Amino acid sequence: MDALMLSRLQFAAATAFHFIFVPLTLGMSVLIACMETAFVRTGKEVYRKMAKFWGKIFLVNFALGVVTGITLEFQFGTNWAGYSAYVGDIFGSLLAIEATAAFFLESTFIGVWTFGWDRLSPKAHMVTAWLVAGASNLSAVWILIANGFMQQPMGYVMRNGRAELADFMAVITNMFAWHEFMHTILGSFAVAAFFVMGVSAWHLLRKNETDFFKKSFRLGATLAILASLLVAIQGHSHGNHVAEVQPAKLAAMESHWETQKYAPMYLLQIPGQKGNVLEAIPIPGLLSFLAFNDPSAEVVGLNDIPADEHPPVVLTFLAFRGMVGLGTLMILVAGFAWLKRNTIEEYPKFLKILPFLIPVPYIAIELGWIVAEVGRQPWIVYGLMRTSDGVSNVTAAQVSFSLIVMSAIYTLLGICGIWLMMRFAKQGPVEGH
Amino acid sequence: MESLHYTLATVWFLLWGVLWAMYFVLDGFDLGVGTLMPFLAKNETEKRVMYNSVGPFWDGNEVWLISAGGVTFAAFPLAYAQMFSGLYTPLMLLLFALILRGVSFEFRSKVDSAAWKKVWDTCQFVGSFLPALLLGVAFANIFQGLPLDDTHLNQANIFQLLNPYGLAGGVLFTVMFVLHGALWLSIRTQGDLQQRASNLAIKLWPVLVVITVLFLAFSAVSTQLFGNYLQTPLLFVVLALPVGGLVLMRVYMGAARWWAAWGASAVFIGGTTMFAIVGLFPAIIPSKPNPANSLTIMNSASSELTLKIMLGVAVVFVPIVMLYQFWAYKNFSHPVDEAELEY
Repeated sequence: MDALMLSRLQFAAATAFHFIFVPLTLGMSVLIACMETAFVRTGKEVYRKMAKFWGKIFLVNFALGVVTGITLEFQFGTNWAGYSAYVGDIFGSLLAIEATAAFFLESTFIGVWTFGWDRLSPKAHMVTAWLVAGASNLSAVWILIANGFMQQPMGYVMRNGRAELADFMAVITNMFAWHEFMHTILGSFAVAAFFVMGVSAWHLLRKNETDFFKKSFRLGATLAILASLLVAIQGHSHGNHVAEVQPAKLAAMESHWETQKYAPMYLLQIPGQKGNVLEAIPIPGLLSFLAFNDPSAEVVGLNDIPADEHPPVVLTFLAFRGMVGLGTLMILVAGFAWLKRNTIEEYPKFLKILPFLIPVPYIAIELGWIVAEVGRQPWIVYGLMRTSDGVSNVTAAQVSFSLIVMSAIYTLLGICGIWLMMRFAKQGPVEGH
Repeated sequence: MESLHYTLATVWFLLWGVLWAMYFVLDGFDLGVGTLMPFLAKNETEKRVMYNSVGPFWDGNEVWLISAGGVTFAAFPLAYAQMFSGLYTPLMLLLFALILRGVSFEFRSKVDSAAWKKVWDTCQFVGSFLPALLLGVAFANIFQGLPLDDTHLNQANIFQLLNPYGLAGGVLFTVMFVLHGALWLSIRTQGDLQQRASNLAIKLWPVLVVITVLFLAFSAVSTQLFGNYLQTPLLFVVLALPVGGLVLMRVYMGAARWWAAWGASAVFIGGTTMFAIVGLFPAIIPSKPNPANSLTIMNSASSELTLKIMLGVAVVFVPIVMLYQFWAYKNFSHPVDEAELEY
């Protein structure tokens, strides 16, 4: 493999791994802040205990999220020097703003939060929890504005052989970015909600700390139903936006080849890189309707897009189908959990399944990123710069070395981290540190 | 308005230097503490005290690296692209070291097993020592010049980087950080450990003086860092910072005023960084052997608009960051109490 392919693999691996930990951080930080708020408002010890128990798991997850995030900033320079030089004027400044306005806040106060249980008043401690939660989510805003620029570049002019900033407001109000942000945040809340429900279910089955875990479960179930419904609704309008500005991605998501009005959706479809291997049972107009809210709308097919601008169709198609399928499953599970939230101990079979469903929103959210990023190929900046032009002038040997070491370290850390989180989760709340 | 663009680029060049200086001052002491871990801690409790002395801070400190990197990316994208891809392997090593170190804080205390703790202690040491060394090597090589060609995209392999001057930079950084860390331990520990840490700091001081003088002499031979100073001798006042810091450090150590000594050490580290930065100007990465290919503030700066917006962001947020980090430091400035050991 050449340095380009290796760099793509490395970036994909680094991002995918980082994104195992980020969603839980985003969602759980808010849940913990809510628990601390409940403690401050009611003075009930159980809420403090909840914040500490979930906080302990959260910290392991948080550490892995932070250390794997640093890799990403470095990689733009090490592996994607061409890209960095070309769009650094805009993209670099967004990353710098993220560090200055959000990451500092998050990293400083996570230290205060961890060590401050006995040194700060409950109120001040609650404030640090909200600062961590707010800063984490603000981080996501800036990162996704940066990603939004890669998806739908705006607010720039071509000057001096690179994209230079022309309109900062256009960059930060990029609707693509805000769709991505909403979709990611809601998905992340679903991740945290299923995590809390799954762990609580495990303990409820064993009748450990029933009051504690029933409260946790109710909180998880409420968030789960809200997040999984909203992520689907919002996902639909996100899809409309993609259809409008990234026709090639939409065509790949649906493996849609012929440009046509009243474009159908096939109930049975096997995609291929050069056309569908099988398509049967069409529902006329459904694709047009889903993409543009109008069954007669024309949907551009891949045959009308130059072949060298096709994203990897099969992967994008399957990832999209997988995401939607798992999202539907999440709505059903969350709906049941929420309806039965007060009598949930009477459904032991359901409680037994829940811990195994913890990975579902994780997989859905990873698949979503595959749709977003693989579907953007061959562009590193949509319509502006090809991924192959962004890569650094480094040797394949150098990249192989770092890819191998990185994968080894990440695998070990991932195993340790997940094992530790499981251990804490099973241990249940214990007093003291 | 070419001149406004130039002024903005100059301001950003100085801020770029200040960010690196902040990073070296702040992460410097916790990297130093980590490097000292195997040598200074005699038992498990002392190890935990050492971990806890930096526990609340290291994460926030490391963000100064992210933001120094981010500002290089934002203000001088071409220099960022070249610096990071040209120093590919050492930066990857730095990164892996920092990753292992970061998780060692979180993982170490979580399992009650000597073997498990030993693994993370090793990660803590390697993850502290290697960054100190590599940052020194990388920056010394930048001072000296990287092999840039006229397309600005060239590779410096790791063996080229490990030249005598590069290694001298590595040694200087390591000693500087270790001493800085020993002073931090003198503030935040008690009893026997505190005694050993402060004795070590006092013993390391003459070593640091000698290495600093040698490094300066070596710089005069191997780099162009003195060019600006010889041209405008008034600039030599910048040297007052590191020299003053170095002298005061010894004075305060003698008086057992550890906070003041740490502050003097911070001034020394920050001053040394700024001395080099002023010497580099207007290059960000000088090219060796052909200076015409250097990356300068002019040929690698972002657009005027980006520099302006970034300046607005920096003027608002950097003071806020400093304020709350100062508050965090104030909250945890007491000697680590063995009753509340987190790690």
